[in-house]
Amino acid sequence: MKLSENALDLIDEIIPRYPQKRSAALMIIHVVQDELGCVSLEACEWIAQKLGLQPINIQELVTFYPMLREKPWGEKHVRVCRTLPCALKGSYATCKTFERKLGIKEGHVSEDGKYSLEFMECLADCGQGPVVMVGESTYENVQGEDAERFAELLLSDKLNEDQGFCSYEQNLTGE
Amino acid sequence: MRTKDFAATNKISLANEYHRYNLKSVIFMISKKIAKEKRIILKHADDPNYSNKIGCYLRKGGYKMLEKSLKLKPEEIGEEVLKSGVRGRGGAGFPAGMKWKFLDRKSGKPIYLICNADESEPGTFKDRQIIYKDPHQLIEGMMITAYAIQAKLAFIYIRAEFFEGAKILERAISEAKEKGFCGENILDSDYSCDLVIHRGAGAYICGEETGLIESLEGKRPNPRIKPPYFPAVLGLYQCPTIVNNVETLCNVRHIMKMGGDAYAKLGKPNNTGTRIWCVSGQVVKPGYYEFECGALTLGEMIYDICGGLHPGRSLQAVIPGGSSAKVLRADERFTGKMKDGTEFDWGIEDIPLDFDGPMAAGSMSGSGGIIVMDDTVDMVQAMANINAFYAHESCGQCTPCREGVLWMRKITKRICSGHAREEDADLLLSVANQIEGRTICAFGEAAAWPTQSFVSKFRDDFIAKAKHPSDEKSQLQLI
Repeated sequence: MKLSENALDLIDEIIPRYPQKRSAALMIIHVVQDELGCVSLEACEWIAQKLGLQPINIQELVTFYPMLREKPWGEKHVRVCRTLPCALKGSYATCKTFERKLGIKEGHVSEDGKYSLEFMECLADCGQGPVVMVGESTYENVQGEDAERFAELLLSDKLNEDQGFCSYEQNLTGE
Repeated sequence: MRTKDFAATNKISLANEYHRYNLKSVIFMISKKIAKEKRIILKHADDPNYSNKIGCYLRKGGYKMLEKSLKLKPEEIGEEVLKSGVRGRGGAGFPAGMKWKFLDRKSGKPIYLICNADESEPGTFKDRQIIYKDPHQLIEGMMITAYAIQAKLAFIYIRAEFFEGAKILERAISEAKEKGFCGENILDSDYSCDLVIHRGAGAYICGEETGLIESLEGKRPNPRIKPPYFPAVLGLYQCPTIVNNVETLCNVRHIMKMGGDAYAKLGKPNNTGTRIWCVSGQVVKPGYYEFECGALTLGEMIYDICGGLHPGRSLQAVIPGGSSAKVLRADERFTGKMKDGTEFDWGIEDIPLDFDGPMAAGSMSGSGGIIVMDDTVDMVQAMANINAFYAHESCGQCTPCREGVLWMRKITKRICSGHAREEDADLLLSVANQIEGRTICAFGEAAAWPTQSFVSKFRDDFIAKAKHPSDEKSQLQLI
């Protein structure tokens, strides 16, 4: 396991924020996962040693929390919200569209490792469902034909260009 | 769907809409006496000229209340909050001032403040608006609260799906630190308190305050049993801890601005202040709307504020307070007596939107997430969808919950896949009844209430599935 200097510095900066070292576990796991895509057994051992814990203390977190991974997602990870308010707006159909367009079942990674799809629980933007996240960006009302177009733009890597879709984050007003 | 082309003109159209909407609601008010939105927390959230940077916040009088509060004694702030009657906005509706009173100040242990920004109740998206659009309001509310309870350190526990939200907060905290609103010797006073962002990792149970504390300690978020583990006494690291919701903490700032007594005049007695209602599901204009508590009814919210249902549809059911709240059937009558003795006889549309109204109707206002379902929805599928959520999110600590939610998912899914049996309705009820009241935390109730209410209120739909397994009630797939 090899972490960048930046990641190592960040980890050293995170630990003293907490009165007890163990509290830093989840935030360090995030740093490792952001960099390596997942948290391997080796990574668990490394983090545990860093915090003076046993590897199981880290591994039990990785296996509990839905967003922590033992194997990486694809380069572009697509999350579709499954929970009731989004489902009422057609998120099951949206997820099927993505499955068809990306050629993968939800919960899986494409063979070339480029895309992965997850039909996950509430993304807390229920008023504008179906909500879709690509990486860290949130897209609202991805429904019906829009979902088809969205998937095509995603595949041609044009999602954020002029003809594409504007994310919730991009829509925030600047100063 | 907003395209980027649209987004370029978005700010202008947003501004126009802003004014037009205000005008429209005034006309509404005169003609139909519908209450107008009263935005206190979300005052600037959708103002196209407002950003989440500190400059903007300061220009609107930001951090003035922190300055004022630091000149008061900590217990004076507690008194104002108690007088305001503000109830927790996270779901349980417990008076915040009372919660602070329970704090064990004599133990000599450090005191901690935690902001619950896990916002995980399906149907709720209010805290997102505050975090992304007005983060300094939250920080100011937190620092006032931290001073009032004399916290040594404060945390914001934010759900991991808010990637950008966590970055916005990180930036806002460093801006606040630079200006001396947070950290060492706040505004040159003797009081110091640091603020730390802690990201969750997608677990609903972390919204439960003791589960959140376990998570913050670096453990699996298995909730703790109360008593003895009331956070105000034995919280983070077994020290006295206050856990408050994002909206509640923002309210603290406004309580200090108005004074507790003036704040208590907003809304209704025992239901003070404003609330942000999040409306989702099948209405024309879903969204977040801030109103004084009790200023309007559920019917006015759906038909006047949210533009009603889609053409040709009729109302079938509403979940009034996030997916854990008991469902209300459109043709139900709700009768009984309020605590003050007044009798009520309501249809679904007459239920007042405050804390006590939905409670009197046998449900709850919870986190303010109103989920509207019209007649195209297959209620058994909706039930199955909710059950799948709880089955995914149970932490697995208590047997009745861990096993019960899985069986509820399996049974409802089987019903929806054409293998329903007539006894299923009773079987589901029996499972739900054996979860409720038999678990360490309130997740058990949160998982049981939907099943109990769906099955008893829509029993015919469950029976019909057994009699005519191949009939499709709806094109809309929910499971």
